[in-house]
Amino acid sequence: MTQQKDHFSEMSAGDGVRAPYRKYQSWFAQQDVARLAKKAQEAEAFFRRTGITFNVYGQEDAEERLIPFDLVPRILSSSEWTKLSRGIEQRVRAINAFLHDVYNRQEILRAGVVPVGLVANNDAFLPQMMDFTPAGGVYTHIVGTDIVRTGEDDFYVLEDNARTPSGVSYMLENRETMLQMFPELFSQNRVQRVSDYPKNLRRSLEASAPAGCTGRPCVVVLTPGIHNSAYYEHSFLADQMGVELVEGHDLRVVDGHLAMRTTRGYKTIDVIYRRVDDDFLDPLTFNPSSMLGVPGIMDVYRAGNITITNAPGTGVADDKAIYSYVPDIVEFYTGEKAILKNVETYRCSEPDALKYVLDNLADLVVKEVHGSGGYGMLVGPAASKKELAAFADKLKAKPANYIAQPTLSLSTVPVMTDKGLAPRHVDLRPFALVSPNSIDIVPGGLTRVALTEGSLVVNSSQGGGTKDTWVLES
Amino acid sequence: MLGKNAGGLYWMFRYLERAGNTARLIEAGFRIALTRSTDPASEWKSVIVTSAAQASYEAKYNGYDSARVTDFLLRDPDNPNSVLSVIKVARDNARMVRTGLTTEVWAAVNETWMLLNRILKDPIPETDLPEVLAAIRQQSALVRGALHGTMLRNDIYDFCRLGTFIERMDCTARIIDVKYHALLPATSFVGSSMDNVQWEMVLRSVSAHASFRWAVEGGYNAPNIANFLILDNRLPRSLAYCSLQLVKNLEYLAHDYGERAPSLEMAEALETRLKNRDIASIFDEGLHEFLTSFIEKTTGLGLQIEQDYRFSA
Repeated sequence: MTQQKDHFSEMSAGDGVRAPYRKYQSWFAQQDVARLAKKAQEAEAFFRRTGITFNVYGQEDAEERLIPFDLVPRILSSSEWTKLSRGIEQRVRAINAFLHDVYNRQEILRAGVVPVGLVANNDAFLPQMMDFTPAGGVYTHIVGTDIVRTGEDDFYVLEDNARTPSGVSYMLENRETMLQMFPELFSQNRVQRVSDYPKNLRRSLEASAPAGCTGRPCVVVLTPGIHNSAYYEHSFLADQMGVELVEGHDLRVVDGHLAMRTTRGYKTIDVIYRRVDDDFLDPLTFNPSSMLGVPGIMDVYRAGNITITNAPGTGVADDKAIYSYVPDIVEFYTGEKAILKNVETYRCSEPDALKYVLDNLADLVVKEVHGSGGYGMLVGPAASKKELAAFADKLKAKPANYIAQPTLSLSTVPVMTDKGLAPRHVDLRPFALVSPNSIDIVPGGLTRVALTEGSLVVNSSQGGGTKDTWVLES
Repeated sequence: MLGKNAGGLYWMFRYLERAGNTARLIEAGFRIALTRSTDPASEWKSVIVTSAAQASYEAKYNGYDSARVTDFLLRDPDNPNSVLSVIKVARDNARMVRTGLTTEVWAAVNETWMLLNRILKDPIPETDLPEVLAAIRQQSALVRGALHGTMLRNDIYDFCRLGTFIERMDCTARIIDVKYHALLPATSFVGSSMDNVQWEMVLRSVSAHASFRWAVEGGYNAPNIANFLILDNRLPRSLAYCSLQLVKNLEYLAHDYGERAPSLEMAEALETRLKNRDIASIFDEGLHEFLTSFIEKTTGLGLQIEQDYRFSA
């Protein structure tokens, strides 16, 4: 896609530098570019050596790849962050209320705010969750809201990621890397800490333990195993929290509780932070061929003897079709207007919308309702005529499977290139921790950056990179 | 600790030990082949036999020579015990038990895997072989050093050590067994050049050709060499030393967990077989018979450890 001129640059304003970047800019002006390039290489070697990699599905050769790290930080002011975090908190609260409602009294459906069909026909809706309330009423213990910016005060939520958001390990490692490479930057800029995240995550998970749990709750992280694309993150989080990293075959149901096989016998677990999809969680309840889950875990769950985070069935709230109703959902449960805006969304299930989308395909971004990771989407302005025609056929065949959004003019932040600094498009994924008594949002989050000039796709599986994200102290 | 993780640590160190042992065997074989004082093909064959790879090798190749044997043992993905294969499995295990390892140990294993993938990418010309073998040896020393220098002395460490010594004991017993005929005290062979080459091969395979000279008085003869490799607990690759270490590590676990496991009884029985024993009585029993039963018991001990500590469901 060609670079449009009017993208909002987060670093520069006119001929000057925007306030949050001023100290960084004056530091950068004194740096030797060759030295910075060497630093960047050091960082990459460090990531390789310590195995901070992700696996790419379907690529035999490059089984493990690095997510490119860019050494120019993305900087937000304290007031920008305050507004963002208030907006995220409001949204997360509403999504939890929505989940509790659709799995219990379904008032929002009866009020006609959200169409019944969108919930009832949703693959992510789990009847097994009906008339059941998880410990403390929390469904989405960990949320990673994707946010993009188009102007000074224009932030949009792109996705709510209420199932199992990933990327927080990169947020932590990126900060660690920056602290090691450029300690002086952190004495010149007062940057809010992110390093408490693992401690807070453990505390938040413990606070969601079943009511019957006595003593310090036993928390574990459940991973599909070393071949999963996010395995590094699973092992990193378990390590940082100081809890066991388990796989399905380490677990079984013992006397109505979930337990893990240790060298000294079976030990009861109270909270399981699972990084396995709903469908694979329990072969007795869901996909019978799953080897990744635990037979019978759903019975233990419904008996209130284990907390599963995030709760099964949360996917019904971060579906891309439900997404378009989130501002209404926020208003319905909180009585407030949504602080963060939604991107205008065309639901292709609606005939008028479908017609509009087909007529304007070259200007739109079209996504699968259940898709993620940038797979199966169409970026209209970047597509060839042939690709557009092929996608139009897919749309017509299964319109309810798609939504479309205008191509946003994403903000840019500079990255280091061979020729010095150059603007690239970014998004932001802050991470919220929800426990029965608090919502805690780590200041910053993961900034993803499209490293190809002009590209708008920031997903790591599609060649995106990451940056350290700073929130300055007020 | 998770049973699976105990198993991961145990196997990670078994495989690392196996990689080092294979490199050492190739080194010994290469050395013998260079001296040309004996039939190189039969030496290379004994290297393959010792590596328990005869069936898979012969399924692929006809006849034994330096290039094919070294390639099969170092790089061949079809050989599950090639250095490249076992380093990958060791590293996969390390990734699985990542939370139990210090950064130093993990980085050492990961670096080893990256380095060996690079230097074993293409077939190794004979001229480069010494360098490649030295790198493998150095990398395993690096991992061992990181383990000794940085890991807590707890159950995690014990499982790493158990894997190391089970593998090493098995390997030493196999090396002696493949050459047992050369070690039999048949007077007609003693002192012949063929015998000397065989003995040297055995000693080199356990990195003991220099220490033998210093540690053992009475020179190269069958009883001395067999005694050194089987009963001398100063030699870190002898059966006596390995079995003593197994007993010790299982005792640490028993102490830690407050319970003596059946595997400890088995290890003690193995160690007792070697204690206060002289080599003559082993020769009387029959060296080959002794080794065959010892290898079986080692395998049994390994399986018992897996069961006692619930490596799998």
